Amino acid sequence: MKRLVSMTVNGEEIELAIPPYRTLLDVLRNEGRLTGTKKGCDVGDCGACTVIMDGSPVNSCLVLGIEAEGATIETIEGQHAGPDLPHLIQEKFMDHGGAQCGFCTPGIIMMTKALLKENPNPTESEVRFAIAGNICRCTGYAKIVDAVLAAAEDLRKGRTL
Amino acid sequence: MGVEGIGARVARKEDRRFVTGAGRYVDDMVVPGMKHAAFVRSPYAHADVKKIDVKAAEAMPGVIAVLTGKQLKGDGIGNLICGWMIHSKDGTPMKMGAWSPLAVDRVRYVGDAVAIVVAETKGQARDAAEAVEVTYREKKAVVDPARALAKGAPQLHPEAEGNLIYDWEIGDGKAVDAAIASAAHVTRLHIVNNRLVPNAIEPRAALGHYDKAEDHFTCWTTSQNPHVARLVMSAFYNVAPENKLRVIAPDVGGGFGSKIFIYPEEIVCLWASKRTGVPVKWVADRTESFMTDAHGRDHVTEVEMAFDKDNRITALKVDTIANFGAYMSLFSSSVPTYLYATLLSGQYNIPAIHANVRAVYTNTSPVDAYRGAGRPEATYVLERTMETAARELGVSPAELRRKNFVTQFPHQTPVIMAYDAGDYAASLDAAMKAADYAGFSERKKAAAKKGKLRGIGMSCYIEACGIAPSAAVGSLGAGVGLWESAEVRVNAVGTIEVLTGSHSHGQGHETTFAQLVAQRLSVPLDTVSIVHGDTDKVQMGMGTYGSRSGAVGMSAVFKALDKVEAKAKKIAAHLMEADEADIVIENGELKVAGTDKKLPWFQVALASYTAHNLPAGMEPGLKETAFYDPSNFTFPAGCYICEVEIDPDTGVTEIVQFVAADDFGNIINPMIVEGQVHGGIAQGIGQALLEGCRYDPASGQLVTASYMDYTMPRADDLPSFKVSTSNTPCPSNPLGIKGCGEAGAIGSPPAVINAVTDAIGDNDLTMPATPLKVWTALKAATRH
Repeated sequence: MKRLVSMTVNGEEIELAIPPYRTLLDVLRNEGRLTGTKKGCDVGDCGACTVIMDGSPVNSCLVLGIEAEGATIETIEGQHAGPDLPHLIQEKFMDHGGAQCGFCTPGIIMMTKALLKENPNPTESEVRFAIAGNICRCTGYAKIVDAVLAAAEDLRKGRTL
Repeated sequence: MGVEGIGARVARKEDRRFVTGAGRYVDDMVVPGMKHAAFVRSPYAHADVKKIDVKAAEAMPGVIAVLTGKQLKGDGIGNLICGWMIHSKDGTPMKMGAWSPLAVDRVRYVGDAVAIVVAETKGQARDAAEAVEVTYREKKAVVDPARALAKGAPQLHPEAEGNLIYDWEIGDGKAVDAAIASAAHVTRLHIVNNRLVPNAIEPRAALGHYDKAEDHFTCWTTSQNPHVARLVMSAFYNVAPENKLRVIAPDVGGGFGSKIFIYPEEIVCLWASKRTGVPVKWVADRTESFMTDAHGRDHVTEVEMAFDKDNRITALKVDTIANFGAYMSLFSSSVPTYLYATLLSGQYNIPAIHANVRAVYTNTSPVDAYRGAGRPEATYVLERTMETAARELGVSPAELRRKNFVTQFPHQTPVIMAYDAGDYAASLDAAMKAADYAGFSERKKAAAKKGKLRGIGMSCYIEACGIAPSAAVGSLGAGVGLWESAEVRVNAVGTIEVLTGSHSHGQGHETTFAQLVAQRLSVPLDTVSIVHGDTDKVQMGMGTYGSRSGAVGMSAVFKALDKVEAKAKKIAAHLMEADEADIVIENGELKVAGTDKKLPWFQVALASYTAHNLPAGMEPGLKETAFYDPSNFTFPAGCYICEVEIDPDTGVTEIVQFVAADDFGNIINPMIVEGQVHGGIAQGIGQALLEGCRYDPASGQLVTASYMDYTMPRADDLPSFKVSTSNTPCPSNPLGIKGCGEAGAIGSPPAVINAVTDAIGDNDLTMPATPLKVWTALKAATRH
């Protein structure tokens, strides 16, 4: 039996009929057609499905869709500085080569946003700790860390998230 | 170098979609009417399949079909093959056991597929898969290759007596034995190269679609080489003729070798789509990936290295057992032979080398190429041995290496390879300087004051890339040629499309290939598009692996550009009434040198397509193709230095410094090259300290089948890396490129283990050097 759930996704209020067992990840990808959020393990180990829910980063594979009733969800598709303008963090990932195959990238960008909201001035080891729940097999993390630190530097210069 | 051309650190074109979540991977694809598949997999490592009862499953909600191996065989679908023939030293061909895409009467590893369920939803397919009743009669399993070779071991395939696939050798055994007998010193080691799971973060997936009206198949798949997939599925698996099968590898989320091979799932999804009349999509879950992706490494080696009284190497003797798992994967046979033993000379002058390799079936996942493929195993054998020899001889590890370096080129090794160029001392010097090698003893003292054990280790690697001259690999048993194709289309209004048979799954080809075009034709990067990964768009190609896309794929583009440039100059000369030899290409224009006459690219392109005024006899159009077959392998080489600090109370190893000095020849985009090196080093550090695939020896169950059991390197496990390159151009391809994709994974494991063993003074540590192993080794040393 499906349940009616409403949530705000990337600023837009949506109402969906979903089975109660469906994860938020599957709801976003299937019903929401927001495929930018990736499924890497489906059990909360890899972080590819990270979204921001009511201001906090979550593995969307560990949240049921019905738990998101009334929640505000931010996904990678909602991140931009303006029409056709990349978000600050996206811009830094491009400048520093923080993406390779791109599969873990949306999750890491969302985790970065959550980190910088809480701590706009992180050290390298704070960045590494913050993204330790997101597995990247391609980059060895070095250029991701560079990108996050560069975004933080621009925040200090007055740019916004 | 222009701002966007060869050598420029430009941001990647493909990143615009990756950072916005707009990438399109197989699991993101939706085809009208698409249904979902789940596989029924063996829970046993080894068993006879007595009966498969699908009635209950067929009656489950949403189920469209449950299909088994008998039906698959009945429809004439063929067995999977290994495409590289190796002959044993007695002249007999390798013993390939039958591998049916769906097992019929025997399963040989945990995860072996026996049936497919197609249902309306993925959940329904999975539920029904659990309802398929398979009656197994369990047999004894064997997971250790040495045990598999022993008398009385469980036998996997009737074709391979004693589970032996081949017993192969290379080199001069007699000369090696004589040199060892008369040596001033012999270093002997027992070396284990641990089994790894590649773990691309995008799980493997396949979407098969049979179009009845057209009698045509389309397969979207997570492949590094869609053309090879189509070739093999047509020629051997009888899925469909090539002209009736389109294979598309869209955005692919990492491969590292594991997505080279053609697996049962894509074949079965295509077949099931025809059987059911609906498009069938399968996406592996993570545990399925652990169980069924081809694994890497898994060698056990005895090595002897002989030295004369001046510490010069006189011989190397290697005896390796390679675990192949339950079936021979597509290129498995080449990995511990021509990709391994041919690199055993390393960077050194070694007059005599002999290697013996036995390939063995066990009840484990198939093993095939994983980042580096054979070359990490060779480098680990050699560089662990060099470091150990230096310790035994009481000499500096750097100086022992330096004394034995090859310094004259070309250099013919005793194991086939002919090195064309290199400067190994330059990389060693650069790495030692960057690591402040001379200051290590002070740092060690400082660490000791904090109660920490500090160690330093190095590794000097060489690899063979640019795979490969087709005639050469053909003579060694390869079933395919390893050239690459390119097509350059200058469109009528001047934009450019480059079609390549290479495939990008993280390497950034859409940028680097475009940089080459931007440089050659003097056009903006944004006007160049790279097209790849679709057999309907690109005629033929061999795909991406073995760090070959730059050296081979871009060289094909280079050749096609030569032809485009020549034709465009002819047209421009004709239009401007000038001599063809006077035409130069600058700032997006074709100019007559020494005059103010010029035509922008788009006008020349348009003229070629309107064909109103072309030189007499010239065909219209501005589109050229080229096939490039390399004349030699390329030989990237370098030196890695790792420094560690170990807490003796916990056994935890911290990498405090990691230096890489690589010689990759010419470089197209330094940012991308650095990223490739970083990623390779991370995988190498993972192998050395964290990752190890384990099977239960009695039951054959895969113990490490999730990220909770198999330790992946995470951001807080790794240091920053100090990387640098030197650039001795490769003489065998027009761009002077050597390749950079695998170096990090090849060079780093021995550097890390040499550092850890230096710190703890125990030379017998095996990878992964977990805190438990290190702590145990330290306790054992205290007791003695």
